[in-house]
Amino acid sequence: MTYSCLNHVEPERRNLIKGLQVIQETEGYLSEDALLACSAYFGVPPAEVEGVVSFYAQFKRVKPGRFRVSVCDGTACHIKGSALVGDWISTELGIRDGETDEKGLFSLETVACLGCCSLAPVIAVNGEVSGNLDRRQSLKIIKKYRRQG
Amino acid sequence: MTMNIQSIRVGVSSCGLAAGAADVMTKLSEKCSAPVMGVGCIGHCYAEPLVEVVTDEGSVMFGNVSAADKDIDAVLSLAEDRRFHMGRPRTGKLTRLIGRFEPTDIDAYEQHGGFTGLQKALAMDRHAVVEQVKASGLRGRGGGGFPTGVKWGLLAAQTAPSKVLICNADEGDPGAFMDRSLMESLPYQVLEGMFIAAHATGARRVFIYCRAEYPVAIRNLKVAIARIRERGFNVINGDELEVVIKEGAGAFVCGEETALIHSLEGKRGMPRFRPPFPTESGYFGEPSMISNVETFANIPLILQEGAQAFAAVGTPGGRGTKLFALAGDVPRPGLIEVPMGITLAEIIYDIGGAPKGSVKAVQTGGPSGGCIPASMFDTPVDYDSLISLGAIMGSGGLIVIGQNRCMVETARYFLDFTHRESCGKCTFCRVGSKRMFEALERITRGLGSETDVTFLEDMATKVINGSLCGLGRTAPNPVLATLRFFRDEFTAHVVHRQCPALECAALVDVSINKVTCTECGLCIKNCAVDAISADYIVDNRICTRCNSCIEACPVDAVSRIPGGTGFHSAKEVG
Repeated sequence: MTYSCLNHVEPERRNLIKGLQVIQETEGYLSEDALLACSAYFGVPPAEVEGVVSFYAQFKRVKPGRFRVSVCDGTACHIKGSALVGDWISTELGIRDGETDEKGLFSLETVACLGCCSLAPVIAVNGEVSGNLDRRQSLKIIKKYRRQG
Repeated sequence: MTMNIQSIRVGVSSCGLAAGAADVMTKLSEKCSAPVMGVGCIGHCYAEPLVEVVTDEGSVMFGNVSAADKDIDAVLSLAEDRRFHMGRPRTGKLTRLIGRFEPTDIDAYEQHGGFTGLQKALAMDRHAVVEQVKASGLRGRGGGGFPTGVKWGLLAAQTAPSKVLICNADEGDPGAFMDRSLMESLPYQVLEGMFIAAHATGARRVFIYCRAEYPVAIRNLKVAIARIRERGFNVINGDELEVVIKEGAGAFVCGEETALIHSLEGKRGMPRFRPPFPTESGYFGEPSMISNVETFANIPLILQEGAQAFAAVGTPGGRGTKLFALAGDVPRPGLIEVPMGITLAEIIYDIGGAPKGSVKAVQTGGPSGGCIPASMFDTPVDYDSLISLGAIMGSGGLIVIGQNRCMVETARYFLDFTHRESCGKCTFCRVGSKRMFEALERITRGLGSETDVTFLEDMATKVINGSLCGLGRTAPNPVLATLRFFRDEFTAHVVHRQCPALECAALVDVSINKVTCTECGLCIKNCAVDAISADYIVDNRICTRCNSCIEACPVDAVSRIPGGTGFHSAKEVG
């Protein structure tokens, strides 16, 4: 399989992370094929590509759902009860941190910090941030996206 | 009273956008003929979206503005009762331009004195610029506090034909957003500082290593770089500067300079032994200098006003002002700029508006720092005084911890973070921090013993001594600081099996007060696991301590009480 999105990235070793980011942006995750394609394109052994992918939190090896729910667990959010927010959403969706539901609609992940600390606790769905959450608010957001799905 | 509206400014940095500022902007421009601008972070993040209406008689602020017609009309009619009266404003010059114009408007930046620092620097001999920065007493704002001018001198002295300048914008500390705000709101000021540094040190390649989680910052920087190129401000002594934004891929350890360089080279971000220091051998062996966003943003001020004026603010240990991201249990969180040497009490009570007695401690320096108890809030904030308390200045995250939070749980949270973020190179950091985390897990789950506490103290020293980089060498700090100031909370957990703050789920029960309960049924309706019976008794063997009933109760009859026997968490102990 070829990845046309790599065409804008110069085939130099230092651009490996950029290449992986570009593929993940188009595909949503990094498949086995994607890793092998990067290995060939950048001239880096597959094991080393895997090493880089597993090192950085951004890279996903599992295909995410249509709606990616990121629960922020930065310090401010944690202090404001993000563990509870994570539990509420996890129960509502029936999936745990790092999982995607069976229909491929929702995936759930805990992230380090979204940088919106003064609105804590916050979540982001496909990058759209909502803050000052309580249980009702959190579930309302999930239901809003479920209706779109 | 009629005041003419000249223009309207809406705060549209990440916090503002998250609170719905984009819709507010659209609505305002539909209903008002005056120009509506999206400006940077106004700083009062607790009241987002913020709208500032500039009239011929001065400007009026509005907070918590929604896109509803009622709110929009109130803003446009300058309704007295909806006006937002700010507490103490941000003091200091670093952020003085934020909120005055659209962040990417290069003409407005120039009109407000932008690029004059760069022009002054270019007219000076480059060694004189280095001396100027040395004289200002500016220390690195990323947390280390290394004197900036000395670092510049080290790179300037290198004779290699190609030198590299790197702006560390990875801001990995969870709970800090100073750098994000600067890049989103003042991209030109950050870039101007970098260009001055390029002139002074002779570097001709510039990298900005920015978190991928900051899309607004990356977008604004890219626009700013393109406009600067059009104007030719990136030509330094005849050479065109190459500015490249590299998106980090999410690794806390990449805040360490050698790890950051490895990441820039496309490798795993593992730190290496120093020397050689990056100023001798950095990015692909070229002499490289790494500084933090806030450090660069301070540089134009030093050149514009002179080193003496800059050094007039602050303490001998720390000159100038410092940005802090104030968050946590405080009514007015936000991005604040204060002179070095201000006390924690002034920040937390006066600026943050926390009621006296409501605060237990403050965490500075994030996962690498420590907590400082409320009894020591008269401590002046500068690099050295915080270190003497076992905390660090760090990059500027200030997390206020309220009386209802458990300090042991907070320490567990930080170790959870650092043990995951350990790159795995040094055994003590890789395994030791994990063992410490497990001990803290046991304690917060009510399964800990006094041996666990002794173990934590012993292992903390070993991890500090046995680790190469700053991550491992500081990872035990939150535990040590908590043990130093809040040992009684550890004792309560391991000896009395109680969580004094009633936060640790395994050590509390949920109970309904029969006297105040009005039997409205909201708690039963909101319980996800049917743990509340029809006669309002909580079955604590089923209850998950999710707080839904406590939140739902209109008369505060449901509360947490000491207990916890019979609590079984779904999660396994690591």
